[in-house]
Amino acid sequence: MTTDLTVLAGVLLDESAELSLEDLGRACGVDRVVLVEMVQEGLLEPVDMRLAPWRFRGEALRRARTALRLRRDLEVNFAGTAMILDLLDEIERLQTRLRRLEGRFE
Amino acid sequence: MKFKDYYEILGVSKDATEGEIKRAYRKLARKYHPDVSKEPDAEARFKEIGEAYAVLKDPEKRVAYDQLGRGAHPGEEFTPPPGWEAGFEFSGGFGGDGAEQFSDFFESLFGGGRRRYAGAGFHERPGRDHHAKILISLEDSYHGATRTITLQVPTLTPDGHVQTRQRTLNVTIPKGIAEGQTIRLAGQGAPGSGGQPAGDLYLEVAFQPHRLFRVEGRDIYLELPITPWEAALGAKVKVPTLGGKVDVKIPRGAKSGQKLRLRGRGLPGRPAGDQYVELKLVTPVPRRPEDEALYRKMAEQMPLNPRAALEA
Repeated sequence: MTTDLTVLAGVLLDESAELSLEDLGRACGVDRVVLVEMVQEGLLEPVDMRLAPWRFRGEALRRARTALRLRRDLEVNFAGTAMILDLLDEIERLQTRLRRLEGRFE
Repeated sequence: MKFKDYYEILGVSKDATEGEIKRAYRKLARKYHPDVSKEPDAEARFKEIGEAYAVLKDPEKRVAYDQLGRGAHPGEEFTPPPGWEAGFEFSGGFGGDGAEQFSDFFESLFGGGRRRYAGAGFHERPGRDHHAKILISLEDSYHGATRTITLQVPTLTPDGHVQTRQRTLNVTIPKGIAEGQTIRLAGQGAPGSGGQPAGDLYLEVAFQPHRLFRVEGRDIYLELPITPWEAALGAKVKVPTLGGKVDVKIPRGAKSGQKLRLRGRGLPGRPAGDQYVELKLVTPVPRRPEDEALYRKMAEQMPLNPRAALEA
């Protein structure tokens, strides 16, 4: 077991943190061509589509990685994964709301 | 090592066609995919299904597996006879994500392909990025914190086997981090080779369930029990928030289910979240005759038909 006693302070990838195509590509282990395809399918949205080079918000990383796993494991194309991701977000939102409301009817 | 029945795992017969195997795999993969499934053992099941499919979809591996498995039963102790693979030639290895997590059983049968892949690491290349999920408390996000986390890191031994190693890190949790957000630790991924930089470590954050609060984005929800007289007459009560107790004014004539908003008392951020207090009316149970008399007096003095709307 290795122990690193220094405290590591990372970068928070939130709504304001912006990633470049290269950052995203490296973190996902894919070529930029793949990411451009994701943008064209509406799966990823750059902060400003017309502004080159593109920048992405932190949540793009989670979307891109999930999409790549779904594509690899289920052989869904990016148009399909985009829809799955949107539906998963919606289910997540509804489930949070449901848990909250169920608590009220105990 | 236990024998694994790949046919049973996919729920197909031994003489299933390629098409049947593919359909069975797809159906199970959709059901147990860890990104989609809510089944508690989704991840383990999905791995098992993927392993079974990797063997049965490939005619070479399927023939080899069928020959080896003749007479073997699932769960039974099993050792492949020495030199069994001599008669088979496997094109292609098992490189790529996921393949390195297959079972010992799989590895002892088909591990050869991966060893060739493991040798490919001598080029100069930056280290791979690593990803992990961590659970933190709401308080950690509210105040910011330093947490010690332990990660299981799979590593490849020189002869191509996978071993897990424990790694402990002290990490700063940024104030106001929300569920699903990621912390990037530069240079904490896999080491690079040939003098190239190490990869990064990405930590995706989820919240532990909280005794009192529920979260939606940056907003915090709390259910606040109140008495009928507090609701009717109004009151000032102490309410817990992540930042400590605050005084909240219950408005006169408050109703059960009514929501009060405490602006900016949710998770910090720009803008900070709010805390919502949902009122829940609790009526006292009359225990003594005097208590009952009091209820009867209320009924007499304040007649109320709460079901008027239902009697149209």
